[in-house]
Formats: sequence, structure tokens, C-alpha cells
Amino acid sequence: MADLDPVTLAVLKGRLEQIADEMDATLFRSAFNPIIAEAHDASHGLYHATTGETLVQGKSGLPIFVGAMSFAVKAVIDKFGAEGISEGDVFIFNDPYEGGTHLSDFKLVQPFYRDGELFCFLASVGHWHDVGGNVPGNYNPVATESFQEGMMIPPVKLFSKGEMRTDVVDILKANSRLPGSLYGDLNGQINALRLGNERLHALLDEYGAGTVAGAMTELRDRAGQLMRSLIKDMPDGRYSADDFLDNDGIHDEPLRIALDIVIEGEKMVLDFSRTSPACDGPVNISRSTAIASCYVALKHVFKDVPANAGVLAPIEFVIPEGSLLSVSAPKPVGGYTETILRIIDTVFVALSTAAPERVNGCAYGTINALSLAGHRKDGRRWVMFSFFGGGHGGNPKGDGLNHGNAPISTATIPPMEILEAAYPVRFTQWALRPDSGGAGRHRGGLGAVYEIELLEEKADVFLFGERGRFAPKGVVGGGSAALNKFTYEQADGDHVPPMASKMVGIKLKKGQKVRLETPGGGGYGDVLERDPAAVAEDVRLGYVSAEAAKETYRTIIAADGSVDAAATEILRAESAQ
Amino acid sequence: MNDLSRKTVVGVDVGGTFTDLFFLDEAAGTCGVAKVPSTKPDQSQGIRGGIAEGGVELGAIGTIVHGTTVGTNALLERNGARTGVITTTGFRDVLEMRRRDRPQTWGLWGSFDPVVPRDLRLEVDERVLADGSVHTPVDPEAVKAAARTLLERGAESVCVFFVNAYANDANEKIALEAVKQVWPNPHVTASSVILPEIREFERGSTASLNAYLQPPVGNYLERLENGLREGGFGGQVLIVQSNGGVMSAEVARALPVRTALSGPAAGVIAGAYIAAAAGEPNIITCDMGGTSFDVSLVADGENALSAQTSIDFGMVVRTPMIEITTIGAGGGSIASVDRGGLLQVGPESAGSDPGPVCYGLGNKRPTVTDANVVMGRINAARPIGGKLARLDVEAAKEAIRVHVADPLGIEVMEAAEAIVRVANAKMAGAIRLVSIERGHDPKSFTAMPFGGGGALHTGALIKEVGLARALVPRYPGVTSALGCVIADMRHDRVQTLNTLLDALDVAALNKAVDEIVAEAEGLLSGANVVFEGVERMVEFDMLYLGQTHTVSVPVPDAMTGGSAALDVAKIRAAFEAAYRSAFGSLLEGIGIRVMNLRVAVIGKRPKFDLALLAPAAGGSVEASRTGERKIWFDGQWWDSPVYDRLSLPVGAEVPGPAVLEQADTTILVDPDLKGTVDSYGNFVIARKG
Repeated sequence: MADLDPVTLAVLKGRLEQIADEMDATLFRSAFNPIIAEAHDASHGLYHATTGETLVQGKSGLPIFVGAMSFAVKAVIDKFGAEGISEGDVFIFNDPYEGGTHLSDFKLVQPFYRDGELFCFLASVGHWHDVGGNVPGNYNPVATESFQEGMMIPPVKLFSKGEMRTDVVDILKANSRLPGSLYGDLNGQINALRLGNERLHALLDEYGAGTVAGAMTELRDRAGQLMRSLIKDMPDGRYSADDFLDNDGIHDEPLRIALDIVIEGEKMVLDFSRTSPACDGPVNISRSTAIASCYVALKHVFKDVPANAGVLAPIEFVIPEGSLLSVSAPKPVGGYTETILRIIDTVFVALSTAAPERVNGCAYGTINALSLAGHRKDGRRWVMFSFFGGGHGGNPKGDGLNHGNAPISTATIPPMEILEAAYPVRFTQWALRPDSGGAGRHRGGLGAVYEIELLEEKADVFLFGERGRFAPKGVVGGGSAALNKFTYEQADGDHVPPMASKMVGIKLKKGQKVRLETPGGGGYGDVLERDPAAVAEDVRLGYVSAEAAKETYRTIIAADGSVDAAATEILRAESAQ
Repeated sequence: MNDLSRKTVVGVDVGGTFTDLFFLDEAAGTCGVAKVPSTKPDQSQGIRGGIAEGGVELGAIGTIVHGTTVGTNALLERNGARTGVITTTGFRDVLEMRRRDRPQTWGLWGSFDPVVPRDLRLEVDERVLADGSVHTPVDPEAVKAAARTLLERGAESVCVFFVNAYANDANEKIALEAVKQVWPNPHVTASSVILPEIREFERGSTASLNAYLQPPVGNYLERLENGLREGGFGGQVLIVQSNGGVMSAEVARALPVRTALSGPAAGVIAGAYIAAAAGEPNIITCDMGGTSFDVSLVADGENALSAQTSIDFGMVVRTPMIEITTIGAGGGSIASVDRGGLLQVGPESAGSDPGPVCYGLGNKRPTVTDANVVMGRINAARPIGGKLARLDVEAAKEAIRVHVADPLGIEVMEAAEAIVRVANAKMAGAIRLVSIERGHDPKSFTAMPFGGGGALHTGALIKEVGLARALVPRYPGVTSALGCVIADMRHDRVQTLNTLLDALDVAALNKAVDEIVAEAEGLLSGANVVFEGVERMVEFDMLYLGQTHTVSVPVPDAMTGGSAALDVAKIRAAFEAAYRSAFGSLLEGIGIRVMNLRVAVIGKRPKFDLALLAPAAGGSVEASRTGERKIWFDGQWWDSPVYDRLSLPVGAEVPGPAVLEQADTTILVDPDLKGTVDSYGNFVIARKG
């Protein structure tokens, strides 16, 4: 096609992103469940008519979906083919092996037709409140098959040529503990697709289908060009990072996540061949999820690259069949968050040698899903389920953020007053955890300490976490953060789970406590380069203990809190040798 | 303006660059405006200068209504008081831990320094449970010891913040009294006094920011009032709150956190009022400054209120405030071409210092203002603001050539137009998103630009968003000052109830509402301000059991004969109506929870007839024409007449292309648009034909 003028291209870029943003806004406003409405666990975009590649993605959706959605569209194209798809169809499914992530995420995919021709796809994904399975809310830490995690719907038609198939809706509702919420969210996603459809038609009316199609291609090509130039900035070479999951919750053996990045000119290969094979517990992921998580990591490192498929064009993935990172049904994938967080960590560490000015130390690296559940005196069931925070890594600009959210998410934590008002618990501590950030020229942010006392007679507790044995790493010479630590009280004293951060079936009695101490972030740069005055300030504020100041930071703090410069210089000189 | 009587009301808006004043003498039926440079660090000097500039005797002024940015600036520049916090054992880091968020979605490099550092957050043993029972009583002596430690560490103000104090404030009250016994000044705050609402971080943040602002805002208001009184002023000083209502200076000293968005709120209030008078109930106000574009939506004459805002990352203020959406697209937004060859405008900004290239103050990268200057849309010979003698068009052109035109392989003029088009598309996007998030179709709205730069872009917004028209108020540069004059006095209160609807103690609730109303009305009558009437609004935040997000539920018939007359059936009906309108259907058979009670008491201040602003009779379009200049539109130069905006008569029709100039604003009429002066002096821009 003819060259698109650069002005129209810049304007169309904004207009196309706007369509996806408006779809996001429509669903956030109309969704029933707070996971979508408040935590924004959803995403929308426009996808290529034949390849399913991401053309445009909204800005406000959940980071991990930004990479995963094109696989969902591809799954529909592969299953139905050109003949099987008609104008007015909408496909629905939650198969995580084809479309990425886990069973809770329902994808709606709609072909968009212009003058009788398939122009592109629109898609919507949202995290539904309950999709069946053994555990309400679908986080089953001891699942060994996906059947224990929830219903699985392969790509099927929700709308056929404009007619809604209410039988499909009936099947969905019959398989959820919260059919009303499910129906509300489903309608919210349909509304978002409807709005996207209208807006895209209006844009095509204004600019013509040829111009918009040309702009989409051009935008993808330019994203590729941008990514290639960023890759080219990094020296050629092989950059490796190995990290581990504590275990899969079934067998107490570490699982290796190994990444070799090979940079050659404008090309980059992400090779996960040395990673452990698939496991029995729920920390497996599908290939599409693995690629999506690499995209999240790259977008954290190269913040300005746009959200379209062009970014991945110069990147090749090597993920062998049968790997922990490339499983198929019915291997359980419900704990996918832990595995993708570890992939993101390996990308940071591997790139830290190639582009030290762009990366940060690893974040706390675990979602720490903690559940306390029981029955009240009147027999009503209660379940307190939440994810907990930790520190972010030190970075070239400064120390890491204290108590942030996971890199794959933008969700916030519920207030403890809301939790105490809703459940029979009392928090006895909700605080920063001193000495939990990795040391370095720029220290990792601090993790947290949450201590919870049970106020009812008894409760069952489960925890699904990670980083109990392998701490978040620092980069560019920075130190590791503290390990994740979970303690639960019993009549005979405090215990820690045999599998470090994973345990089900803990029985808690009234007055007993559980305590979660989360990791901070990894440090950035050599600790001996840290300004002694910054160490003294950390000690004064209690972020770092005086002992760690001396042992780790090689800084001597005088009785009045100031730096003993002479003693520090001697100590650091010794350490440097 | 020398003939003003004692009844003069003065609206004052102090911005970063200018102090704007609007004078109204209702008895004489006259009004006037003044604009003087803002003074730093003491803004009150500028205010007195502005009043003098307006030719008004201080003794002739009855009321001064002030939109202030002293609080906002103290928060943004982090120069509030050294503040201490006394909190529950185990919870001193709540303020620093926030709600476990991060500054940006992409990139993990953010950090956060709370305004109260960790060594000024001290713990005392005490505990209230969620049901309001006292688990551990507080020891006043321990509180006093903590207060003394804070004083030793240099704290000037202090906030008592205990968990679950929303459910029972007994421990906080005991602690507050204990602190007062040892604290040497009145800067003592407790979280349950500021915001008795569930959510510890939001309550603690709001209360501690209040403490942080008490000394600077209090000192400023004291200086202002003393200065005015010394000059012979004998009236009232009122302060605009973020919710768009005013409060007395005395209340503002105690609750300075409510001034966080004082200035912008007044602008929106004025916008709504001007538009309503002109018969436009649905407007979107657009305020374009140097670094940002602020959008606010008024539907059916009602301002959208949001429950909280974040002044900066982690600086959460939870008090009702007029909802204003800000995007990074202002006159100073920098245009560049990225490595992929794509034109970008913003979010990086040259601000007002060094500002655009054409200011000649050191910036070499082209901005939106540079593009407007190059296209002749801004008069280079007569820059707004009077700080500079003229603007350097050639430097602006060169910057656009080097940074945009050459990399894209296009001509300079084409590049200038492209910069403005991309900026317009961003602004249009903000307007569409704001309407959609509130469930409105933007096509039924009228744009109201104010601030110096907004009226340059409204034509493009009409076309991009499909708005019916734009309405440029007669004095767009002093809109916020005008808003001060017409704002009502408003007091909002919230109280967390957290109870099942069916278990609601209706008698206690009605008593609580009556008490809140009586207290707020006391504040109204104590302010010595004339009201036309008093409005009382009762609202609840409610939800179905199991949900975490609440629905705002106004109860229209909550008060009868001046006292609360709530019952369960009334509240249930109101909830169902609100829920149905938000989500389309109800959840049958699920229990309903009442989370918060919200009461607003509004003293309606007398309004003035906006026709006062209309141009005097006589005058003609021809006589208002001051010249002609070439302006670039759609790829070519157009000979465009230039008019003196203020002398255009009522009914004047101005076809595009044209430019209207007034002291602080330039209005652009695109070739395919036309403008008309309405009977209030507003300039209404719409499509031709």
C-alpha cells in the first residue's frame, strides 16, 4: 500500500488505543465482581484477522493479559477456520492451554466485519468470581489435574450470527457457585465488545478501511523497528539466569526456571530449554502464558514499547514440549502466578548484564495467597482470601518501593479494617519488615509483616506462596532480599510449613495466630558503593538494623546515629579486598 | 470601579502565575475583573494588590471568597509542617505501605516518601475491634510521653490515628485530649474527627495530610486576614473547598485538607452556573494550562463528585471533591519523534519555565504552544501574561524543523499542524473517556474552555468528539474567581455504620443525622453569610453482602420538616433504585449492607444575574475588528480577521476563520465554524450552516 502520512498515523494510533481504553472503561463500570470492577483484572484489544496477533491493546487492563490475548484469538482461528466464522458470532472460552493464564479468565472473541469482509477481531477477557472446581474462588493449591480447579470451556459460540445461545449461558451458570455475578460479568464483556464494534465502525467511516488497516500494519512494523533498535543497543552475547521455585506443593523438590538470552544484532532469543519438566502440582503453565509473561518483563524493562505484536517480532522463544512452561491439559495450572513471576525475575537478571542501566532487582516474587476459613456460631461459612505484598527491587535511579504489588498485576490490597469488619480475625501487626530488602548501592524495597489472630473458635488455613527457599535476587552486584516466611501457632508453639510457603489443612484455634513475613526486593549495584549517609538514614528510620549496617553494608554507625566515617572507610577497604 | 458600595463580594483565585479577582456589587448591578501577578512566598500580598488594582476600598467589601492553592502547593512541593503521628501498636507503617500499589503500571522504578517519616510515627498500646468494642484501653500517660518525644524530634503538628477508630472513637478522643495537654499549639488532629470512615490507610492519610497542612494554611490565612483587616476590611473571608462549596476561614484552618483542589473546583462551579444560565445543562469544562489539560463533567447541571483523589503517588485525600481528570497535554507539552518514527506529544513538558521555545528562556524542544505560534494562532507580538515582549516565531519554527519535520520528512508547517492535531486527539480522548466512565454520550455535551489556552483548541474538539458546540465564557481567564463569588457554602460529613440493612437501628440513625445537620447548620449560621435557603442531602454507601464495592445511594425524602425521617423501607427502595440504575438488575435474596452514612448541608448563596457580564449596548462587529493576520488551517494560510472580543456586541456573528483576542485569552474560530455572542456575553462556537 501507499505510504501512510506520518500525521494520520500518529492520530490513528491514539484513536485505536482509545477504542480499547473505552472497552476497558465499559467493563470496569458494568462488571459485577470486584476482581474486575476494582482490581481491573480484565483487558481488551484489537487483533489481526488471520494471525490473531495483537494490533492494539488498552492501557488500563491487567499487564499479564497484554501478552496473552493474541493466543486466545489464535485459538479461535485455529479451531473454527475461515469457513467456521461468520458475521455476528462471538466465541467464548476459558481453556488456559490455548488462551493462556488460568480457568478463572473468560475470553470473549468477536470477529469484526466491514462490508462483508473479516477486518480484525475484538476480544475481551475478565476474571470471573467463581468457575466451579474444588475451591470457591478457584485457587486450589493441591490440584493435580485441572478438573479440580474449575470448569473448562473450549472455544464455543456464545453468539451465532447475532443470536445469543442461551443454552451456552445456562451451562456456564450451572457450573458456578455465583451464577448472578457470572451473568453480570458476561454482560459487561458483551457490552464492551458492542462498544468496540461501534467505535471501530465509526473510525473506519471517518478514515476508510484501507487507511486504518494500513495504519495497523505500519504501527506493528514500527513497534518491531523500535524493539529491534533497543535490542541492537545491547551487546551481542549469551546472558543466562537460573532461579528456582521452592516446590510444586506435592513433592518437595525445587523446580528450575532457567533462561538463556542470546542477543545477536537486532535479534533476541529467549531460550528456556534448561527449565525443569512439567510437575504434578499447579505451578505448570502453558506456552502462551510463558510468552505473555516474557512480554510483561520486557515491557517493564523497555517501558516505552507499545502494546502490539510488533514488539515480539524480533524475538524468538524456545520452550520445549513437556517443559514446566509448556504443558497441556489436564496438567494443573492454577498456581501460574508464581511461575510467571519467576520467569519475569529471570528476564531481569539475564538482561542486567546486557543492559544494566535499564533493569532493577527482582521484586518479592510471590503472590502469597492466604486463606482463613471456618463457620460462625450461627453456622454461616466465612472465607477470608487475599494476596499480600512485598518489596520492589532497587534500580538505577534509587531504592526500591516498599510494599508494592506484583509486576503482573495492578491490584491493591484490601484495607485491614475491611477484613476485620468482614471476618472474625484481628490483625496484630501490619508493618514493614526491617532488613528484608536486598542490599546494594540502591537497596531493595521492604517486604511486610502481617500477623493475624483468630477470634472464632476454629478455622482452616491454607497458604500458597513461594520464595521460602530461594530469595529474590539483586542485580549488577546487588544482594538478595529476605526469604518469604510463614509461621502458624499451635498449642505446642510456633510451626513453619514443611514445604516452606505452601500448606493446606492448618487447623487454627481461637487466639492462635498466623504470621506472614514477605520478601523485599533485590538490591541494585555493589553494596560498598552505597552512600554511608544513606545507610545511617536507613538505620535511623529502622529500615535496616545497626547489625546489618555493619555486617552487610560495612558501615559503622556511631552512638549518636551518625556515620563513623573513619571506621567505615577501613571496614569497606577490608571488604573490597 | 470606584462607585462600589459596602456590599461588594470579591472572588479571588490565586494561581501559579496570576492572581485573578472578580468583583460583584449586586446593589449597584456592576461587576469587574482584575488580574495581577501572584506573589511568592506570601500570596496575600498579591490579593491585596489585586483588590487595589480593582479600585475597591477594603472597607467596602462584605465578603471575600478565596480559591487557594496554598494547601495544594504545600502537598506537591512537600513543604508542609514537620508532622508526627501517634498510632496503634503494630500499625505505624500503614501510611507508608499504602494500599500496596505502585506509581506506574509499566516499569518498577517508583518510590514513595510519606510526608510523616518513620521516626515521627510512634506507637502506643491500645486497640478497638471492628465491632467497636475496646479490646485494649489507651493510657493517656503513654500518649503524652509519645507526644513529648515527637516534640523533641521537632514536630510542629500531630495526628492521632488508631485502627478501627471509625467504629468507636473513644480511645482516639482520650488520646486527643492527652496530646492537647502537652502540645504547645492548636495543630492537633485525630483521624475520627477528620474522617470517621472505614479504611485505615485512606483515613490515616487524609488525617495526617490535614495535620501536615494545618500550620502552613493556618498561618497563610491568618496573615491574609490580618493584612486585610489592617487595611480596613470588616467582612468575612470564605475559602473554597474541593467539593465546590465554601467554608469559613476558621473551619479551613482546622480542616485545610479540604482545600486540596480548591482552585480548580471553583472553576467548575462557575462553568456549571454559566452554562445553566445559557441553557446548557450538560457541559464538559476544559482547562488547558502549561503542563496539563483538566476535564470535568457536569451532567444535568450537577457536578460529578469523586470520593477521593491522590494528589501525588500515595498522597491520598479522601473528602468529597469535584471530579477533575487531568491528562498531560498542555501548552508546554513537548513534541518528539520516537525511534519507531512515530510523532509523540507529551507527557514530557517544558512547563512555564523554561516554557516553549518561543519564550526564549532556554528550552530548544518544540511544544504545542510553539506549533500554535508558528501557525499564527497565537499572536507573537502580544503574548498573554505580559511577562515577555514578544514571542520568537523563528526559534519555534527551527525547533519544529529539527525535532519533528526533518525526522518525519515533512514541511515545517505540516509538522506544526501535526503537533496540534496529535494534542487535540489526546484531549478529545480524555473527554470521551470521562463521559463513558460516567455513562454519558459525549455528543450531548457542550465544551466550555477556560484558562489561557483552552479556547485555541475547542474547534478541533467539537469536530473530534462530535460535540454540539463550545461555549467560551466572557472572562475565561477569571472563571475560577467568578466561581468563588457564586459557590454555595457546603459541609460534608461521613460516618461508617457497617451494619445489615435489616439490623439498622433507625432511631439512632435519625438522631445521628439530626446531630450532624445541626452541627453543620451551626457552621453555616456562625459564618455570618446570607443564604437564600439551606439544602440537606442524605446518602448511603451500600452493597450486597459479599461485594466489596459500594453503590452511592441518595435518599431523596430523608428529611421531613427539618428532621431526619429515615426508615428501612425508604432506604431499601433508594438502594434498589440506585443499584438498578447502575447495573440494570437486582440480586434477589442477598442481604444488603449499609456501609457509610453521608450527609451534606448546603447553604445556598444568592446568585447574580449573569446578564451583568454582557457587553454594553452599541458596538458592532466591524468596530470590534482590530486587524487581520494569516493563520494556518488544514494545510494552507487563511487571511483571518482579528477581533477585540470584549467589544463584540450581543448577537454578533463571527464566521471562521477568525481570531478573538482579550487580555488573557485567544479564541480561535476554524474556517468551517462560526461563533455568536449570546445575551450573557458568552461566545458560542458551532459548525457553519
